[in-house]
Amino acid sequence: MLQFSFGSMEVLDIDARAAKLGIDWSHVNLDSIQLPPGQDFGIESDDEAVYHDDQSEFDTGFGNIIVVDHLPVVPKEKFEKLEGVVKKIYNQIGVIKENGLWMPVDPDTKMTLGYCFIEFNSPQEAQNAKEKSHGYKLDKSHIFAVNMFDDFDRLMNVKEEWEPPQARPFVPGENLQKWLTDEKARDQLVIRSGPDTEVFWNDARQKNPEPVHKRPYWTESYVQWSPLGTYLVTLHKQGAAVWGGADTFTRLMRYQHSMVKLVDFSPGEKYLVTYHSQEPSNPRDASKVEIRVFDVRTGRMMRDFKGSADEFSIGGPGGVAGASWPVFRWAGGKDDKYFAKLSKNTISVYETETFSLIDKKSMKVDNVVDICWSPTDSILSLFVPEQGGGNQPAKVALVSIPSKVELRQKNLFSVSDCKMYWQSSGEYLAVKVDRYTKTKKSTYSGFELFRIKERDIPIEVLELDNKNDKIIAFAWEPKGHRFAVIHGDQPRPDVSFYSMKTAQNTGRVSKLGTLKAKQANALFWSPTGKYIILAGLKGFNGQLEFFNVDELETMATAEHFMATDIEWDPTGRYVATAVTSVHEMENGFTIWSFNGNLLYRILKDHFFQLAWRPRPPSFLTAEKEEEIAKNLKKYSKKYEAEDQDVSLLLSEQDREKRKALNEEWEKWVMQWKSLHEEEKLARQSLRDGEVSDVEEDEYEAKEVEFEDVIDVTEEIVQESM
Amino acid sequence: MRPILMKGHERPLTFLRYNRDGDLLFSCAKDHTPTLWYADNGERLGTYRGHNGAVWCCDVSRDSSRLITGSADQTAKLWDVQSGQELFTFKFGSPTRSVDFSVGDHLAVITTDPFMERTSAIHVKRIAEDPQDQVADSVLVLQSPEGRKRINRAVWGPLNQTIVSGGEDAVIRIWDSETGKLLKESDGEVGHKKPITSLAKAADDSHFITGSLDKTAKLWDMRTLTLIKTYSTVVPVNAVTMSPLLNHVVLGGGQDASAVTTTDHRAGKFEAKFYDKILQEEIGGVKGHFGPINALAFNPDGRSFSSGGEDGYVRLHHLDPDYFNIKI
Repeated sequence: MLQFSFGSMEVLDIDARAAKLGIDWSHVNLDSIQLPPGQDFGIESDDEAVYHDDQSEFDTGFGNIIVVDHLPVVPKEKFEKLEGVVKKIYNQIGVIKENGLWMPVDPDTKMTLGYCFIEFNSPQEAQNAKEKSHGYKLDKSHIFAVNMFDDFDRLMNVKEEWEPPQARPFVPGENLQKWLTDEKARDQLVIRSGPDTEVFWNDARQKNPEPVHKRPYWTESYVQWSPLGTYLVTLHKQGAAVWGGADTFTRLMRYQHSMVKLVDFSPGEKYLVTYHSQEPSNPRDASKVEIRVFDVRTGRMMRDFKGSADEFSIGGPGGVAGASWPVFRWAGGKDDKYFAKLSKNTISVYETETFSLIDKKSMKVDNVVDICWSPTDSILSLFVPEQGGGNQPAKVALVSIPSKVELRQKNLFSVSDCKMYWQSSGEYLAVKVDRYTKTKKSTYSGFELFRIKERDIPIEVLELDNKNDKIIAFAWEPKGHRFAVIHGDQPRPDVSFYSMKTAQNTGRVSKLGTLKAKQANALFWSPTGKYIILAGLKGFNGQLEFFNVDELETMATAEHFMATDIEWDPTGRYVATAVTSVHEMENGFTIWSFNGNLLYRILKDHFFQLAWRPRPPSFLTAEKEEEIAKNLKKYSKKYEAEDQDVSLLLSEQDREKRKALNEEWEKWVMQWKSLHEEEKLARQSLRDGEVSDVEEDEYEAKEVEFEDVIDVTEEIVQESM
Repeated sequence: MRPILMKGHERPLTFLRYNRDGDLLFSCAKDHTPTLWYADNGERLGTYRGHNGAVWCCDVSRDSSRLITGSADQTAKLWDVQSGQELFTFKFGSPTRSVDFSVGDHLAVITTDPFMERTSAIHVKRIAEDPQDQVADSVLVLQSPEGRKRINRAVWGPLNQTIVSGGEDAVIRIWDSETGKLLKESDGEVGHKKPITSLAKAADDSHFITGSLDKTAKLWDMRTLTLIKTYSTVVPVNAVTMSPLLNHVVLGGGQDASAVTTTDHRAGKFEAKFYDKILQEEIGGVKGHFGPINALAFNPDGRSFSSGGEDGYVRLHHLDPDYFNIKI
């Protein structure tokens, strides 16, 4: 499969050419265009993979042929019988093409040679047949050895003697973290709109995004930053690629996985998980799933997992094409030591040293439906719903990995559903529990709060003031002790704030306050805590309330009409709200300051995605951070001065720009005025000599005051004294 | 000031035109009767009956005696403004989309849509002083290179030497009105990316503005066809006009009529948006229509303007004194 991007050719040229040829470009599916092999019509592909990468998949046309070795060697008389047997075996696996079986015969002895070629209808079937029949025992002395025909050249070229690989000279790489050294300490963000993917600096001072890099058709579905912001991953037909580097985005590594659909990084960005699923040819079968885990830096595939979608999900079909993403959940922390997979009645935890199961076996947990890692420690929380019509209670448990010791568990009764929320530093776990009322006709919600870092992990039960309130959203303050809940009835629910510890009350959760009747259905904490946006997305048309939780006061209310997405920048200084192309209208994004000042607004048609580039955690110690916070005044002076300079410069620039525009216009006006004057006579003659050329000296509306005495009457006003 | 709502049409408005004195306003709509109003108080003066299809465009002569209208009934008609009498009918094999009198009113340019096997075309007709002498023959017929694409508007250039046209192929063309030669085409790089819906020229023929579905309006030099300014907005532009008094341009439009019922009423943006002509910055907007704006016209005195919408209303706005003191 060749994929050309039109590097040197301007897209506009192409459009113009297409228009000339009468092709409606918008109806052409670029992906469906395939050039004949070996022919490039003089268009150079900018993807060097086409030229250099021996791994890339060329369709040689033999992908659907397998070679079956270790067949019995039979004389001519038995040829047909053997052929029949082989056909029977392989017809059970896939459809052999007509005349697709060829068993060569030694021309001298008329004996078969002990192998045959089988051609299937599709490469998938061939692959399947290879996997299923490799090692098939026809009888004791004939065990099939099956290979893909395409692999044969490769296998033949394996040298008999091992050669030590040559050490490549060390080439110093680019500074992948250069964006963090920006002098103005700005943050980057990536947006996708139409065919373009663009990376910008968010220059809030200039009230403008400063472009960093732009590429049309950079990705075939979406882009994603790695969790520490080092890489940007793009998805392609052939696989995934990561980009990064000092100044421009260069390709750092590629990961071959054809038709990759989803990707996920481990939290320390050491590993990349890619996912591909294939619809089954038979609709009753589950779709096939292939997941590969790559080492991000070396590009090596560490392990791949294949199977039907059922093995990667629980319960019926759901999530993305069968499996819920991410299939593998990574244990917290930067070490990337463990990852877990949930499937029916089992939790499989793998460790990344050998990429195998811990203790070589999965954990059996009957009917487990949800697992969740602590964001910082290797603790897994899991939820098992009620069994046997309520005889066996539901259970939430904390399991330490790799010891698989249960740290804490809590049984819960008459539960309909549970949701687990970890606080970002792994100190608390909140479990939202939906319980049935006595009649079992409705549910009500409460929280079980686990204090992970305290001895014995105490659990506290929290019920809302009005426990019949529906819970619409829940969010922990990042790195903090507080959380916010939206509860109550739409369309005007309440928002409450709680703290796990306050000055007076360290061991118990206490309520900080409730805001009544807010138009909100989603909560967005600033990544540094303290500030939160109460947002009314979807049905509320993009209501935004910027709220300071320390002071419990609203800083600003605003509206980004139809907003669909809200994302804080990693430093908590700015917020982006976006309207993505779920609606057709007003696609684009708006950047706000943390306290709700609108900074600037960018409109883009077909706006698909916006993502801030994450930052790695700060190296400052907690004490140092505290010190900075204390002496903020001292530091901020410098920045305020800078801010002022910039704003002066900006207004100066603005003035000059306007002046220039005005001058330019005046010049132009003078030019045509003189022309107009020249043509005056010609115009008059066209009008049969009518002189009144009123518009020559512009229409002037004169105000004429006109006084007229209409009537005069005399009235005698009687003084009533 | 409160706008004057003029409800005389039963179908969406298509075009608005003031006479030179600014006391009369002609409106065209998809119902078959162009209507004449007092431009001051919005009182209806009369209608012009005779067309048998949507009326797309009209123009009035300098002395306000003749009206020409183009209609989907495949005719263009000449009317006596005062009596409402039909004077002459030009018959075409396809709907007529736009009409424009030349300087001196001796010529008219009429565009016709592609229809059946006919391609879009620009016809130049001689207009006789006395309707008795009027003939149907075209002086000149211009064929667009994009014959299957509609030409939405064609107007006369300075001194009637050129004809400027714009349409669905998003290209603006300047033609020689004597020889019919294509003189200039707008640059694809800087030009519109989607169909041009409207074209309005300045009172002195020095420049003109085009509105397009690509959500921009562009200002061009009428002689050189150089792009002078671009005004971008958030919705497709259906109608444009320029203030004859101040350096303001007005853009009207709104989301596609077929999508109106599926979204919030605010999403439509059925606003007439004012932009500073030189700085290209938005000054303000006039709301009111509940459907896309299809037609805009500024009174030649620059003190009032009217807008016509898909909703069937004409809204006549006399501008407040504040408007004339806007500083940005």
